[in-house]
Amino acid sequence: MKKMTYAEAIRDGIRQEMKRDSAVYLCGEDVGKFGGCFGVTAGLVDEFPGRVLDTPITETAIIGSAVGAAAVGLRPVAEIMFVDFTGVCMDELFNQAVKMRYMFGGKAKVPLVLKTICGGGVAAAAQHSQCMEAWFTHIPGLKTVMPATPADAKGLMAAAIRDDNPVIYIEHKQLLGLGGDVPEGEYLVPLGKADIKRPGTDVTIVAWSWMVHRALAAAEALAKDGISAEVIDPRTLVPLDKDAILASLAKTHKLVIVHEAVRTSGFGGEIAAVAAEEGFDLLDAPIKRVTAPDTPVPFSPVLEKAFLPDEGKIIQAVKELF
Amino acid sequence: MKHDAEFLRHLYRRMISIRLFEEKIGELFLGGELPGFVHLYVGEEAIAVGVCASLTDQDYITSTHRGHGHCIAKGAKIGPMMAEIFGKQTGYCKGKGGSMHIADFSVGMLGANGVVGGGYNLAVGAALAAKMRKSGQVAVCFFGDGASNRGTFHEGINMAAAWKLPVVFVNENNQWASTTPYRTTNNIEDIADRAKGYGIPGVVVDGNDIFAVLETAKAAIDRARAGEGPTLIEAKTYRIKGHFVGDPEMYRTKAEVQKHFDENDPLKNFAHKVIGAKLLKQADLDAIASETAREIEQAVGEARQAPYPDEAELFADLYVEGVK
Repeated sequence: MKKMTYAEAIRDGIRQEMKRDSAVYLCGEDVGKFGGCFGVTAGLVDEFPGRVLDTPITETAIIGSAVGAAAVGLRPVAEIMFVDFTGVCMDELFNQAVKMRYMFGGKAKVPLVLKTICGGGVAAAAQHSQCMEAWFTHIPGLKTVMPATPADAKGLMAAAIRDDNPVIYIEHKQLLGLGGDVPEGEYLVPLGKADIKRPGTDVTIVAWSWMVHRALAAAEALAKDGISAEVIDPRTLVPLDKDAILASLAKTHKLVIVHEAVRTSGFGGEIAAVAAEEGFDLLDAPIKRVTAPDTPVPFSPVLEKAFLPDEGKIIQAVKELF
Repeated sequence: MKHDAEFLRHLYRRMISIRLFEEKIGELFLGGELPGFVHLYVGEEAIAVGVCASLTDQDYITSTHRGHGHCIAKGAKIGPMMAEIFGKQTGYCKGKGGSMHIADFSVGMLGANGVVGGGYNLAVGAALAAKMRKSGQVAVCFFGDGASNRGTFHEGINMAAAWKLPVVFVNENNQWASTTPYRTTNNIEDIADRAKGYGIPGVVVDGNDIFAVLETAKAAIDRARAGEGPTLIEAKTYRIKGHFVGDPEMYRTKAEVQKHFDENDPLKNFAHKVIGAKLLKQADLDAIASETAREIEQAVGEARQAPYPDEAELFADLYVEGVK
């Protein structure tokens, strides 16, 4: 184990795979000499000459060219600087990358990782703060990865690069400086395997990305009030580890889902539907969702604080079930 | 004319295959035998065949919704193409793609594309891969005049030019963006003029003259292969058929279409030249045409007999299973 930040762990995952497989390359705006908008890819351009490409500001060509390169055998890690900008290259992602294999009858493989970053809390306002994961989960053929810890960040990045399918890997701005123990050497976290971030017996809280940490803080406070909360981090939304969620419900019989994305058509609705369809008999109380409201992300820190789900809102939702 | 007879036969075989294939598809569609919708390449044969003649199976092409011609020109087989358009299990895509999504990676045909302007960046990526691997391969992106107004045109060509990628952008200016005439949606006569803005060569060529296309494309492909970067070729042609089979074509007169066909049919142009130069005889061309017609009839017969996909195929080939 080695102490590493989330950002360093992502870089370590990329480095591990670039060393292992010469077909892996990294491209995106400012990912080379500048080291990425948040410094995540710093130094890789020197370690892997010719395989870290500073692109023009051209999201459509970044993802479109990565799809073409992947279809003929390379393994691109293509960065879109903010998840908010994926709208610019959405056709390349959902109509090209993700459709090729199926509509060509299995002829193509598109081992593409779209690496990007989401989330609020930095007063970046409505076009640099969103959580758009639900969009991506609505596209059959695409996998959606959202790591919450440094170890997961490394292991999921490596697994995403080795996966032969298109994967969107969504980092979170609030987590980049978060430290933690990360396994040294080759490390993979399988896609589709949830992690129990805190065991508990009275209520299941499902949260991902930054919200895992707010759920853990809420669980800590709830424990002082005698409520034992289990925090489940699915880590990947597609594939979703339904079994882990249902197994937790079999123990706790209560479900609270927390996400930073806005409420309507958020992925929390999908998890609630899974619980209702496949775990109805396990539930002793209504399902609760703690989410951002259905508004754009506001700029003023006072408004943004009101927008974001936090420990207090999670505690309140849990307590309404008791 | 410097081409030998065998090469000329090859060119004609590919062009007449496209022509007869498309005419047969039109007939089958109007007869109610084909599901979905189809877009025909009639009248544009010289472009696909003229360009692909300078490519190998290792080189790549990306295509369009009007893609049958590109498939045949790149060497895809008529049997599995026909079966695919019928929606059968024996088709190129096991009946999952249909007319607008035929692909044959074994000959470098990276797929027709249902999104107008969807192919540029795929070709750019294939060319990037070729450059990174120093493989000497070239990618060609075919696109229409309508597609030239997509933002993908700019992003793809700019990246390819900035990085000197081995890709050739071949515009098929058939004068019609779906049902809208080219000159009402562009303020320039020649799309090739846009090449200046990217610092690459832009060339206009008569897309109905396969020998002109051959020469222009070969120069661009050689240039790309030599590491000198992309070229934008504009091949002027005319869409003889409607946007899709069944298009009522209220936007133009039959006389206009007939005039273009009479004056510019690329197959007639070809025959006139090779017979005039005494390189091939009309009988040679007729023999190739009869053989091709038989091959297409056989493909239709086999496609009719072939099974539809099993319902379980719905879930097949969505993901590659397992981690490398």
